Amino acid sequence: MLKQRWAAASNSTSQKATSHAVADTASYRKARNRQPGLAVPKNTTPTTKPPITFPRQFAQGTVRGYATQKQATAYIHRKKQYDVDKVRQDFPILNRVINGKPLAYLDSAATTQKPRAVIDELTRFYNEYNANVHRGVYKISEEATAAYEEARAKIARLINANSPNEIIFVRGTTEAINLVAQSWGRTNVGLGDGIVLTEMEHHSNIVPWQLLARQKGAHLKYVGLTDDGHLVHDDFRQHLESGGIKLVTLTHVSNVLGTINPVREYIREAHMYGCRVLVDAAQSVPHMPVDVQDLDCDFLAFSGHKMCGPTGIGVLYAKKVLLEEMPPFHGGGEMIREVHLYESTWKDPPYKFEAGTTNIAGAIGLGKAVDYVSGLGLRNIQAHEQELTEYAHDRLGKVKGLRIYGPFNPKTKAGVISFNLGDVHAHDMATLLDEDGIAVRSGHHCAQPLMERLGVSSTTRASVYVYNNEDEIDRLIESVERAGRIFKI
Amino acid sequence: MSSIYSEIILDYYRYPRNKGSLPHPQIQARDTNPLCGDIVEMQLELDEKNTVKDVKFNGQGCAISQASASMLTELVKGKTVDDVRKISKEDVLSLIGGQLTAVRLKCALLSLKVLKTGVYDYIGSTDATKEELSGL
Repeated sequence: MLKQRWAAASNSTSQKATSHAVADTASYRKARNRQPGLAVPKNTTPTTKPPITFPRQFAQGTVRGYATQKQATAYIHRKKQYDVDKVRQDFPILNRVINGKPLAYLDSAATTQKPRAVIDELTRFYNEYNANVHRGVYKISEEATAAYEEARAKIARLINANSPNEIIFVRGTTEAINLVAQSWGRTNVGLGDGIVLTEMEHHSNIVPWQLLARQKGAHLKYVGLTDDGHLVHDDFRQHLESGGIKLVTLTHVSNVLGTINPVREYIREAHMYGCRVLVDAAQSVPHMPVDVQDLDCDFLAFSGHKMCGPTGIGVLYAKKVLLEEMPPFHGGGEMIREVHLYESTWKDPPYKFEAGTTNIAGAIGLGKAVDYVSGLGLRNIQAHEQELTEYAHDRLGKVKGLRIYGPFNPKTKAGVISFNLGDVHAHDMATLLDEDGIAVRSGHHCAQPLMERLGVSSTTRASVYVYNNEDEIDRLIESVERAGRIFKI
Repeated sequence: MSSIYSEIILDYYRYPRNKGSLPHPQIQARDTNPLCGDIVEMQLELDEKNTVKDVKFNGQGCAISQASASMLTELVKGKTVDDVRKISKEDVLSLIGGQLTAVRLKCALLSLKVLKTGVYDYIGSTDATKEELSGL
């Protein structure tokens, strides 16, 4: 049923789309936006062999995998002077002294620090308008509801969703993916169907699919990696061609290698085969402009705590047509329209998926965090991180015996740098860096299959965000060199 | 701040004593630290008086886990199983010296956990010994 509608809808819109697309990209986008998710250009219906390259109007001169984000609201990526010293003043935790040295926090890929605006808003919520949302008819409940829904709207604007109703509040990326696996997956994936993943996925984008595959008798198929940490496109095409693929699920930015995957191109290709696509955007939405309509992804998941927001709040974006078809994930209060003894009916999305009292303070805090990163401008954040990454690559590359994993060219990656120094174990490295007040991550970074592919048991990972500066990179290098001296590399 | 990575630790890491395996161990055990991916395996050969005649460890991982395993083998050699059973956390930590954070404590005590697992398997484990192992 769904399939027929999908085919019919894509036919009707695609004719319109392709006739204008070549000449006028804007009108193509507009046509597509009327029915989000249903438009697949006609020239992309499966023929004998799908083209590998993409029409010019899709490319827009972008760097590998970067979203173009033409339509998003201007304030999100206004280009302006980036004053990192001023940004640092917004983060109270940076005043901490660790082992006699100022904290150099280089673990933002795990979780970011919080600006004062977010911390203050959480306090203000509990001090002034703490109440349950959507239920009370009294003043503070109305205030809380307004703030909660405003946060949803801010997130919709940030990622350019068609409507705030496509934004579901969840605990984090992990819950978002589990929601898709259990709600959409259990109704759409069956015996013998395939799910395509990549070898660079975080455990949170592997294990939910293993669970689903076991429940339904489906297969998991992996896209391999090149030695410099890019996806092997041929693997992807082969899996699609082998048929029976229901879903492609991949990360936008690798949390270990920093690779920015060309998700936009992969999504287009997957759609030619009628597959749905989930993008794990935990490492991309906080760091660069991401436009879900431009990507045309079916699902997109990210966490609040990796973008200056509180922990325990995250977002699942899904196209409205999908949300309407999907059964609820959790049952309980708030998600129902009517409850009888033996059956119930559901509210419309997004409420259908928000059972029980949600993390109200978290959502409001995340709304403030979105204000904060939007205020800095995601283009600016991306440029700032790019500068730091290039600087760090340049300096780390000169340390004797040091190996950086992932893309060789720092211009093609995000601000995540995984490395090992000689035979120094990552945990020893991280302990030595901690002695100098530098916080980095060490271990398998919840990506054991990737570690296996790299042939290492663990790596040390430094990751940057809005508040990091070159001084901190200098301190990192100095401390890494000290570790090298201690271990006599 | 003085580093935990003393010359001694690094020496044991680079040139581990008693690393390898034994042909006929009466006691052997293996465990991993999922956090770091450290692996430690211990093998003990006993004589008729239940004294540790020979001991070897094998494994891979961080300097702390491997050095502590190597140091521990030297400590147990020549001891009776009963004495081995009495080796405490503090004994191992004093071998290593220096201050460890809670997370790195797991690395330091992995070898002791493996050793005790093996010993308790040999002499029979009780609820109390299980409790002790889970506390390591």
